[in-house]
Amino acid sequence: MDHVEFFPAAASTVAGTIDDIYFVWLALSAAITIAIAALVVIFAIKYRHGSKADRNVASGEHYEHTLHRIEITWTLVPLIIFLAMFLWSANAYYQSAAVPNDAVPVYVVGKQWMWHIEHQGGQREIGELHIPVGRTIALVMTSQDVIHSFSVPGFRVKQDVLPGRYTTLWFKATRTGDFRWFCTQYCGAAHSRMIGRVLVMEPDDFERWLALSDTAGSMAAKGAARFRQFGCSGCHGPSANVHAPRLEGLFGKPVQLQDGRTVLADERFIRDSVFLPNKEVPANYEPIMPSFRGQIDEEQMLEIIEYLKSIENVPQGGQR
Amino acid sequence: MSSISVAQHDNYLTADFRLWSWLITLDHKRIAVLYTVSITLLFFIGGAAAAMIRLDLLTPYSELVSIETYNKLFTMHGVIMVWFFLIPSIPTTLGNFLLPLMIGARDLAFPRLNLLSWYLYVIGALFAIESLIAGGVDTGWTFYTPFSTMFSNTHVFAAVTGVFIAGFSSILTGLNFIVTIHEMRAPGLTWFRLPLFIWAMYATSLILVLATPVLAMTLVLIAVEHFFHIGVFDPALGGDPLLFQHLFWFYSHPAVYIMIVPAMGVASEIIGCFARNRIFGYRFMAYAMLAIAGFGFVVWGHHMFVSGQSAYAGTVFSLLTFLVSVPSAIKVFNWTATLYKGHISFEAPMLYALGFLGLFTIGGLTGLFLASLGLDIQLHDTYFVVAHFHYIMVGGAVMAFFGGIHFWWPKATGRMYSDAWARLAAIITFVGFNLTFFPQFIVGYLGMPRRYPEYPPEFQIWNVLSSAGAVILALGYALPLFYLFWSLRNGPAAPSNPWKAKGLEWQTSSPPLPENFLRTPVVAEEPYSYSTGGSTDG
Amino acid sequence: MASTIAPIAPQFDDAVQQRDASNLGIWIFLATEILFFGVLFAAYAITRTQHTAAFAAGSRLTDLSLATVNTALLLTSSLTMALGVYAAQSGARRALVRWLSLTVILGVAFLVIKGFEYHADYVEHLVPAVDFSYPGAQAGEVELFFYLYFVITAIHGLHVFIGVVVISVIAVMASRNAFGPAYFTPVDLTGLYWHLVDIIWLFVYPMLYLVSRS
Repeated sequence: MDHVEFFPAAASTVAGTIDDIYFVWLALSAAITIAIAALVVIFAIKYRHGSKADRNVASGEHYEHTLHRIEITWTLVPLIIFLAMFLWSANAYYQSAAVPNDAVPVYVVGKQWMWHIEHQGGQREIGELHIPVGRTIALVMTSQDVIHSFSVPGFRVKQDVLPGRYTTLWFKATRTGDFRWFCTQYCGAAHSRMIGRVLVMEPDDFERWLALSDTAGSMAAKGAARFRQFGCSGCHGPSANVHAPRLEGLFGKPVQLQDGRTVLADERFIRDSVFLPNKEVPANYEPIMPSFRGQIDEEQMLEIIEYLKSIENVPQGGQR
Repeated sequence: MSSISVAQHDNYLTADFRLWSWLITLDHKRIAVLYTVSITLLFFIGGAAAAMIRLDLLTPYSELVSIETYNKLFTMHGVIMVWFFLIPSIPTTLGNFLLPLMIGARDLAFPRLNLLSWYLYVIGALFAIESLIAGGVDTGWTFYTPFSTMFSNTHVFAAVTGVFIAGFSSILTGLNFIVTIHEMRAPGLTWFRLPLFIWAMYATSLILVLATPVLAMTLVLIAVEHFFHIGVFDPALGGDPLLFQHLFWFYSHPAVYIMIVPAMGVASEIIGCFARNRIFGYRFMAYAMLAIAGFGFVVWGHHMFVSGQSAYAGTVFSLLTFLVSVPSAIKVFNWTATLYKGHISFEAPMLYALGFLGLFTIGGLTGLFLASLGLDIQLHDTYFVVAHFHYIMVGGAVMAFFGGIHFWWPKATGRMYSDAWARLAAIITFVGFNLTFFPQFIVGYLGMPRRYPEYPPEFQIWNVLSSAGAVILALGYALPLFYLFWSLRNGPAAPSNPWKAKGLEWQTSSPPLPENFLRTPVVAEEPYSYSTGGSTDG
Repeated sequence: MASTIAPIAPQFDDAVQQRDASNLGIWIFLATEILFFGVLFAAYAITRTQHTAAFAAGSRLTDLSLATVNTALLLTSSLTMALGVYAAQSGARRALVRWLSLTVILGVAFLVIKGFEYHADYVEHLVPAVDFSYPGAQAGEVELFFYLYFVITAIHGLHVFIGVVVISVIAVMASRNAFGPAYFTPVDLTGLYWHLVDIIWLFVYPMLYLVSRS
């Protein structure tokens, strides 16, 4: 047997708070368990059948009132403790859930039974994720088939990865090293083999790794090629003869829909527009866009999204 | 009331010896026996799956069984233990047997529905066993989509059908219990004179009746989607896998209260008797069980904190989950207080009940870890969760179930068993249980995921400890089979009230007459009037 | 006509207890049915919210006239059922048999028309997984609408069928003088079940056929 582990490494900015909550619960639980056990043992001995302990029980209204007060107390005290812990841990959750503005995206596609990673620069990995220490990374994740879940215990992060939509997960590593990465949503036969390593490197080492990695161009460049390959530019490009929205400057902005609602043009919106184009038709446009379900795979879709992000600051060309 | 001589009248066991009379019986006590035999069989099948799992996990690589077989083992373990053992266990065995006796009735309100319940259970179990024999199911007992509907090519349809049919067994039992408790209590037996076991059956029945239909329809949707390969849970056409999770957990969370509330009722009966004391805070205890049943319906999203559910939903579910823990805490304090100034003895049922108290406390406390939103991210889908629910369901519910079997065995069979062997079994079970499941908390925080036949070698020590515990636990469960069966032939005859307990069931013969009471009893005492005297003659 | 007094089952103390137990029992059963159908309503509502335009398009392809006729038939059958219960209560045996038979006929008519509706859907290629085609980008979502349409109406139809069988049995028993003012519990309970089946249809009909149709 290899060496024994008792507690996971704490390697991210949120790990400290999560561990603190864990230890407080551990202490409270130990205290309560020991207290109950002690009382049970003491009563079991002192009041065992045949013992000479004093068993006179008071009676009357005053006594009943005291008993009532005891009940109320041991109802309210746990309630107050629980509410305090609820607030603390809900706050910790919001820290973990809200993606910071300075996050650098990395794209993840889970499929039975491997993880595909693509960095913005086009570097691809399978089952390994290289990141620099101290940088905020935001994973944009989707599944090609069933529900998976991305988990790195050392960072104290976990998020289910769903087919048909994007979920996000962010972290900032505080130490270099290798950290275990598991799929934690049962996904079929080789679920336990859908694992990997997160390799946290010094920033220089990471840049070197990026430069040395094989890439056929950045994701945005590949996305631009896809944009042409799948005929998107036919309708959404400058020489289109169809009334379709121009996509420069679109990403990240609010979009008014036909039914009056306003939604944000984020990753989800783009993906739904491609696969379920009638779901959210923008105002002043006809629902004539075809669906590309079955034609574009998840990784290609993410490249197209990166391309659209790369033109999000280009002023919109003349609308038709 | 003087004891009824068994020789004068046939009891419910001797009234008719033909097998046929058992298969068409309308006697709630016989139906309870039928259920006990069936669920014991299913318990050992589910337990065999667990044994294989723990043996396979002795080494980091799945060397005992293939990873595909492992996936089927944990699925069948879950399906069988949840739906074919734990959910029916206390209500259909102890509940069916005791409910009319404890309220002074001759039978349940609808005896034919009761028999139908048993047949539905058996048919459901046969479907489940068929799916096992035909090659098993590998979706996990939670049947998450789209894996179960679009990707799994195992015998999902048969398994789902089995659970669906067994669900109707649950619904009919719950319906029967609610009507019986409302309409058939003996004269003088007001609601707040009812034993807490009856309150437990009532609260459980409310959940059975309201939650199970949701499962039933969800299973129909799964079955149709699996068969036709299109449906509302698959994103390919625009469906939503999270919709399945919401519908599934809307039932499956209340289901865990179906599993634990009856155990709480049993614990109250045993602790009251062997501490010879009023249950502390009787009304709070009754209200707490109702509160658990009620609040239990609005916390299901705590199974879905990392599922992609919105943060706002998660927050609401977390808060409600903390609230639902308060009544359970009250109950633990009240059981402990019941020991104060009692006259405590340690027969086997009491050892099981005290074991329940300790293990339920630990299990409940670890639930708070999981209710904490931020912390749950680390713990979700790891062995921490596995340990938590086994502490409650096995350390809690199964220990209480065994305690109840031992407590009411003399009443149901008319025989005493060896208390020395029974105490040994209780202690072995307690030790084995802790060794099996405590290490799982540790390896869970380390990150070991659930449903993994293979794991990093650094986790092996915790798995070996756990598997060693499982061997001891298995011994603890096997022992009662021997001395309890032995007692049927060779045990001394049991008096009506061997434990000198309060409660109407002890006022009739052991075993009871087919019609329970020669004359309908009239109740004038408060429940658990141990320390204030009152009759315990049997 | 003289009415029959049913024997009191041995577990009950008297006829009042027996009747109260039966009543509470049927109401609990109706509650379980509401939760059972509730799942379908929830699944429909949520999926519809996510695909409003496609579901509206699907709604427009359903047969409103047949469904409206069916609604009228079912509502009328609830009236005839209620009149049957009243007849039982009054000891009017022939009227009871007549009202129950009428209820059965209306129920069967509902199912026959449903059959025609399903056939028309099949001819128009609107049966998911079996024979479905729909032009345009929202084909998948429209197929989802029809999936729910068939599941919901089929399960409701199954409940209508069960009701028809039970009411027929009750009608035969009534013709053999099994009920009277002192005992008509089975008629009462069956009536309650039938009314629930009707009420469920009153939710199904607007949900599938009316909303966003125009």
